[in-house]
Amino acid sequence: MGASISLDFITHKFSATAEPTLKDIENRIEPGELVALIGRSGCGKSTLLHMMAGLLIPTEGCVRINSHQVAKPSAKWNMMFQKASLYPWMSVKENAALGLIFDGVSKGEAGQRVDALLDMVGLNDKKNANVQSLSGGQQQRVALARSLATEPEVLLLDEPFSALDAFTRTQLQEEVPNICRERGLTMVIVTHDIDEAIAMADRVLIMSQNPGRIVGELVVDLPWPRRHMDAGFQAMRDELMKQFKGTDTGLAGRHTSVADESEKTASAA
Amino acid sequence: MSTSNSQSIPVTNMMPNMGWFLGLFKSLQYPALGITCLLALWWVGGYMIEADPDLSAFSAFAPAPTFSALVDMVSSGEVWAPIGSSLYRILAGLVWGIAIGVPVGVTVGYFGVALKVTNVPFQFLRMISPLAWMPVAVLAFDSWDSAIIFLIVMATVWPIIFSTAHGVRRIDPNWFKVARNLGASGFQMLRRIILPAIMTDVMAGIRLAVGVAWVVLVPAEYLGVTSGLGYAINDARDTLAYDYLAAVVLVIGIIGYGLDTVCSVLIKRFNWHVE
Ligand SMILES: Nc1ncnc2c1ncn2[C@@H]1O[C@H](COP(=O)(O)OP(=O)(O)OP(=O)(O)O)[C@@H](O)[C@H]1O
Ligand SMILES: [Mg+2]
Repeated sequence: MGASISLDFITHKFSATAEPTLKDIENRIEPGELVALIGRSGCGKSTLLHMMAGLLIPTEGCVRINSHQVAKPSAKWNMMFQKASLYPWMSVKENAALGLIFDGVSKGEAGQRVDALLDMVGLNDKKNANVQSLSGGQQQRVALARSLATEPEVLLLDEPFSALDAFTRTQLQEEVPNICRERGLTMVIVTHDIDEAIAMADRVLIMSQNPGRIVGELVVDLPWPRRHMDAGFQAMRDELMKQFKGTDTGLAGRHTSVADESEKTASAA
Repeated sequence: MSTSNSQSIPVTNMMPNMGWFLGLFKSLQYPALGITCLLALWWVGGYMIEADPDLSAFSAFAPAPTFSALVDMVSSGEVWAPIGSSLYRILAGLVWGIAIGVPVGVTVGYFGVALKVTNVPFQFLRMISPLAWMPVAVLAFDSWDSAIIFLIVMATVWPIIFSTAHGVRRIDPNWFKVARNLGASGFQMLRRIILPAIMTDVMAGIRLAVGVAWVVLVPAEYLGVTSGLGYAINDARDTLAYDYLAAVVLVIGIIGYGLDTVCSVLIKRFNWHVE
C-alpha cells in the first residue's frame, strides 16, 4: 500500500551564505497518488526528491511520510535514478535482490522473491546474466525490480527514462504507472518532459527557479492508458504549457520560453 | 581472449585434437623463443667466463653445471627447506601487509581529509628502501625471522595502500547513493559494495607487493638467519659452490615467476570489468 507524503514548509540552502535553492515548499501527496514534478534544469527537482528519499535533510521544514518525519533513507521509500547504477560483480538477480539482502532476508528467499518481479519487468531470460551485457533499457528494468523488491510504499523516480530510446521510454512510461496503480504505490516522478508528466501522473506540480518553489499545479484526470494522440492529452499539454509560461512571466527578467526549453531537453535526450 | 578462440574454431571443427595442440603451440611459441634467447645468452656468458683465465674459477655459473646442481638439489630434497622458509616469510609479510594496507587504503581513499593528511608522509616512507629499516628491525624484534617479516611488511604495505585507495576513489559515487537508498548499513556498504568494487585494485596492489617483497627477501636473508634462499646463496658463495649458487638463483627466479602468475590468475578471477 502507498503512503502519504507531506512537504512541510521546506526551505533549503546548500551553504549558510547561499541563496536558498528551495523556498517554502508545501504540498501533500495522497497515498497511491501519481505525481510528476516538472521545472527547468537546476530549479531543485532532484534536491526535493532526494529529501523525500531521506538522502538529504532540508535546512528548514521537513518531509513526512505517513506523518513520520523522514530522517534517513529506508527501503520503504525508494528512489530510482537516471542511471541504473547496477553492481557489475553481481548477477541481474543479485542486483535486484540487494535491498532484501540489506534488510537481512536470506539469499535463497530474496532470490525467490525477486523472481516474479524480474518476470514482470520482462527479464525472465536474463536472471543470471552479467548486468554489463544488458541494454540501457534492460538495466533500468533491473533497477525498477530492485526498487520494487523491498515492497516500498513510495517510489521516487528522478528522470529515470531520459537516457533510453524513445520506444523503450514510451513502453516504460506506460508500465510504471500501471505497476504503481496495481500495487497502490505512491509515485513521484521528476521530469523535464511535459508529455512524460501527462502520460504518467494524476497531478503535475510545476516548479520555478531561484528559489525553487511550487508555483503551479495541474490535475490530469485522463483515463488510463494515456494516449499521446488523444484530444484530452493535447488539451492537458496546452494547459500545462500555458501554466508554465504564466509562471515564467511572473518571474521578472526571464526570456527563454518553455518551448525552447522542451526542445533543448528533447534534443539532449 | 575470445578472438583467439574464435580464430581457432574452423581448425577445431576439422580436427579437434590437432586444433587444440596447434593453439597451445601457438600460444607457447613466443615465450619459448624468449627463454631460448635467455639460455643462449647465459651459455655465451658461461663460455666467455670459462675462456677467460682470470675468471675460469667461476665457470660453474654456466648452464650445464647449474642444471646438474639443480637436479642434485631437487633429487636430494635439500632444495625444499630454503624454499619453505622463504615462502613462509613472504606469506607472513604479505598477510600483515594486506591486514594493514587494505584498511588503511580504504580509509585514505574514502575520506578526503585522510588522503590529504597522509599523502606526504606516505610518499616519503614509500621511497625508503625496505632494507634501510634493517637496523631498526634488528633492534625492535628479538628474532631474525620477525625482523625479516617486518622488512617484507615495509615493502608490501605501500603498493597495497596506494592501490586500494586508488580503487576506492574511483568507485562510482552513484553506487554509494543507490546502496544507501536501499538501506545499507555502514558494514553492509563495506562488505557488499566497497570491497567487491575495489577487489581488482587490491589484487593489483598485492601483485606489485609480491614482486617487491620477493626482490627484498633475498638480500634480507643475507643477514642473520640460517635458512631461506638468500641464506642458501650466501652459503654457496662461502663454500665456493658456484653451481649451487646459480641453481638457487634459478629457483628464486622460477618461484618469483610462479608467485606472479598466481597473482595474475587471481586478478582475472576477481575482475568484474568486461573487456
Ligand atoms: N550538493 C550541492 N551543493 C551545492 N549546490 C547544489 C548541490 N546539489 C545541487 N545544487 C544546486 O541546487 C540547484 C538545484 O539542483 P537540482 O539538481 O536539484 O536541480 P534539478 O532541478 O534536478 O536540475 P536538472 O533538471 O538539471 O536535473 C542547482 O542550482 C544546483 O547547482
Ligand atoms: Mg535533477
